[in-house]
Amino acid sequence: MMGVDALRVRAVVRKELRDYRRKRSIVVAMVILPAVFLIQPTLAVFLASPSAAGGKYFALPLLLLLLIPVIMPSTLAAYAVVGEREQGTLEPLLTTPIRRQEFILGKAAAVMLPTLALSYAAFGLFLAVVRLFANPAIAARVFHQGPVLLVIVLFTPLLAGWAIVVGMAVSVRASEVRVAQQLGTVASFPPLAVVVLLGTGVIHPTFRVAVMFAIGLLVIDMLVLRFVSRMFDRERLVTGARAVRS
Amino acid sequence: MKPTKPTTREPALVVDRLTKRFGERTAFSDVSFQVAYGEVFGFLGPNGAGKTTTVRALGTLIAPTSGSATVAGIPLRPENGVEIRRRIAVMPEAPGLYLRLTVSENLEYFAGLYGLHRPAARIRDALEAVNLGDRAGDLCGGLSKGLRQRVGLARTLLSDPAIMFLDEPTSGLDPVAAREVHDLINGLRQKGVTIFLTTHRLEEAEKLCDRVAIMNTTLRVVGRPEDLREQLFNKALVVKTLVPLSDPEQLFTRIPGVEDWRSEDPGSYVLSVSDPRVAAPEVARALVGAGADVLSIGEAQHSLEDVYLELIDEDVEARKQ
Repeated sequence: MMGVDALRVRAVVRKELRDYRRKRSIVVAMVILPAVFLIQPTLAVFLASPSAAGGKYFALPLLLLLLIPVIMPSTLAAYAVVGEREQGTLEPLLTTPIRRQEFILGKAAAVMLPTLALSYAAFGLFLAVVRLFANPAIAARVFHQGPVLLVIVLFTPLLAGWAIVVGMAVSVRASEVRVAQQLGTVASFPPLAVVVLLGTGVIHPTFRVAVMFAIGLLVIDMLVLRFVSRMFDRERLVTGARAVRS
Repeated sequence: MKPTKPTTREPALVVDRLTKRFGERTAFSDVSFQVAYGEVFGFLGPNGAGKTTTVRALGTLIAPTSGSATVAGIPLRPENGVEIRRRIAVMPEAPGLYLRLTVSENLEYFAGLYGLHRPAARIRDALEAVNLGDRAGDLCGGLSKGLRQRVGLARTLLSDPAIMFLDEPTSGLDPVAAREVHDLINGLRQKGVTIFLTTHRLEEAEKLCDRVAIMNTTLRVVGRPEDLREQLFNKALVVKTLVPLSDPEQLFTRIPGVEDWRSEDPGSYVLSVSDPRVAAPEVARALVGAGADVLSIGEAQHSLEDVYLELIDEDVEARKQ
């Protein structure tokens, strides 16, 4: 993207990460959510009968792991702009030379980084537990879910990207944090539907389908990100009114 | 690239018929003034007069509806926003600090936003300038309002701006801290920094500002405080006598240079004169000649507050009519 200063983007990311670390409720929520979404897939593996459980049996529980990158960033992204506005830090920030795309990129990256780290950590932990402690026959079937595993690896950043850009779009327009966070949660519904369709076999998670969906999602994420950047209007954010020049 | 301060004699701020409307409501209208480099310019006016909106417009936060301006030598246009913001610093009335971050982390963040590489020395200098060198590691959430205000001021010093817009910088500060801020502003003036000071404290404006503007949606007056006093108030002598004069009308109307007079209290008279230095000896001679026990004869002093109240009262009266 033209006209983006990496130093300013990095400044926003570093500040955001520091801010998250200092707020215990954010840290706790970030850790609890992946833990909750690990329960169902883990139970599915350890309660399955080696003779009865076919390959597709594990598809839905595995795909549930994709809800972590969808749900985890939505509230953080929804808070990103309107939260600054409510705590009175937005105006001083907007008086600096930061460009709107730098601000948006920095905020998005700051939500993306912990989301990816924790989503992949949860996924890795699940696979490690299956490999080490599950019945070898069942573990083999889980590891043979190639397309599903690819979907998880590939879709984690893309679904997180969706949740973040939609959450930020809401945050740029919302008048208060509570509204933004409620609407931000709604942003997780479309990816949730895709996960359910994949998990229930309505859409077969083949390599081709996975790659096509990934490309489509990437394009949508980039378009929405540009849209969010355009919606970022300093005047409206400061005064609540859109700029009109005669 | 660090912004350079212009060395020419061009003004730091040129505002020409700037107007901002929000729908039907006019925030400010037809505002024109200039501010020279190194000048401390006071911007005064009642609540809702359009002061903050003017600062926001000059700080590129909002777009003016009409008119033009040049800020630090750059025309105020949307495409110049980043370049203008690199050359200015704005401190809003509420400093807007991140309360879960320390003082130095807050400044480090803003140093990054201004694109400063290795800002540690700059942060240290800014904190020393506001006497907060020993509080760098404190969480901002634990600071008093006054200390937060000082952190906000330190933040505006980080980028070495050509123009600083300070909105009520001493709001919430105790007298000692306020005096430190005044000293800081004077020091910045000596370094050639232009300061655009929005304040309700008229004595502060009088003490610090080279010139002041009084706003009430439109610009009412601009000038040096002493010039404004002269423009708005007749020159006058205040005479006090031990005992009220028996016939002040007869006495005062005969004195050369005395144009008019009125009695404020028994034994206290205000004489309108064309030149106090010429009229005062004449008044003294006339009073002594009339056998009056003179306590004092002095030139009437009008403060900036008198000027301000006079103008705002005029506006209130005009609106009533």
